[in-house]
Order: sequence, then structure tokens, then C-alpha cells
Amino acid sequence: MPATNTHETQIVAEEDVPIIRIIRDFDAPPAKVFRAHTDPDLLARWLGPNSTQTRIDHFDCRTGGSWHYTTIHEGEEYGFFGSFHEVRPDQMIVQTFTFEGVPDGVALERLELEDLGNGRTRLTATSLVDSFEGRDMILASGMDVGVREGYDKLDELLSP
Amino acid sequence: MSAEQLSKVFSALADPTRRDIVARLASADATVSELAEPHDMTLQAVSKHIKVLEEAGVVSRSRDAQRRPVHLEAEILSLMTKWIDRYRREAEERYRRLDTVLADMDDADGPGPDRRD
Repeated sequence: MPATNTHETQIVAEEDVPIIRIIRDFDAPPAKVFRAHTDPDLLARWLGPNSTQTRIDHFDCRTGGSWHYTTIHEGEEYGFFGSFHEVRPDQMIVQTFTFEGVPDGVALERLELEDLGNGRTRLTATSLVDSFEGRDMILASGMDVGVREGYDKLDELLSP
Repeated sequence: MSAEQLSKVFSALADPTRRDIVARLASADATVSELAEPHDMTLQAVSKHIKVLEEAGVVSRSRDAQRRPVHLEAEILSLMTKWIDRYRREAEERYRRLDTVLADMDDADGPGPDRRD
């Protein structure tokens, strides 16, 4: 069943550092939100855009572990990989993120879960990228689709 | 708008002084010296910033008048806002899917016999 309340997703782009921050509340306790990020079967159900399929190729979610997944959109495969630097149950995941199409680029991502009480959680996902240009291109194109895809395709992807 | 031009706009706006200039121009056209005032900068330094904005197509300057006021190309900015809004919408869609997954997990975590999957 879909959740009855929908919460607004807030995007913050910092001025001084090339950071994108996403803030979103959930009607579930931190342990559940954490599990939805660390159980690959659950993760695959919500991660990619609606029009894509996500295949989790490798997912070792522990401090020092690594991950690799592929999104499939119109027959094309896009690979993403990274390492888990810190996995703290129900609180925090720090990981790197690289799109295989831009192998020299790497983002440092920090997911923080704050217990709001009454079975609610505030998720803060902060992504630090290499440069302002890189950050802004990500903002412009949508991170999941990858920067090399044409903007026309993005239009198509996002139209209802 | 091409990807290259978009990238130019973004990098032009990555600088806080240029963003201030754009914010100022949002209310009215202004001359270079008017724009220099609040920043305590030389006219030359401000002109450089204007040039970057002009090359990115964010601002234009009229040729006729001696003052050559700087004009904000509002359409470019609204396009940028649209891009960022798209990004936000995409994140929103993703987290709505997560809402659904979390709600399903509620069911799965309930008493064993009721589990149907």
C-alpha cells in the first residue's frame, strides 16, 4: 500500500562547496529506512527511474565493502559502482559513487537518518562532487540517467 | 539550449559575485558602475564578470545608449529553474517509490500468517 502522506523532497545546492543535498521525511522508523537502503532486493525496487530497470550486480553493504549496479533503459545499460566507507546501522552510510561513463569522476555520498520519533525518519543525502560544473550538470540532467544521455531523452523519460 | 551552453550558464553562475549581479539585475537593468558599487570592486573587475555572463547568454547589453545598461535574459534563468525542478521531481518520484517499499515492509513485518508474497 502506498503511504498516505507524501512529504516534500527538498534539494539544496550549496554556494561554497559543490554539494547537492536532498532532504526528505518518511513515515517509517530509521531501522526500516536503513534496511530499504541495505537490502539489495528492496533497494532495486525504488532506486532507478520508473522507466528503467535496476539490476544489482554486487552489493556488500558493510564498512569496507563495495557495490555495483546497472540500470537498463531502452536496451542500453549504464553501470555505477562505488565503495562503502562507513555503514552504521540505522544511522549513516558513507559511500563513493562513480558512473562508468565518466570513470574519472567520483562523488562522495553521505546518507544520514535522523529519528523524528513516532515512527518517522528524516533522511539527508549529501553528495559532494568534483567540481561546480560537475555538480550543476548533475542537477541539470538527473543523476540516475547519467550525463551522457541526451536531454531529449530526459524529456521523454520524465514526461508522465 | 545545447548541453554546452547549459554548462556555460552553470559555470557562469557558480561564482557568488556573478550571482549577486544577476540577483540585482532581476529587479532592473543597471550600468556597470551601478553594479560595481555594492561590491567595492573596480569597474574593470565587474566588467570581466559581466563579460562571462554575456558569453553564457545570461545577460545582454544594449548598443545604443552611452550607458549601455546590462539586461538580464530572464528566459535563460527560468530554463535553469526548470532543470533543477526536474531534478527535484525525479528525486521526489524515487522517494515515493521508497514510501511504497517502506509501507510494504510494514506488511511483511506483521504477524507471520498474514504475509502474502
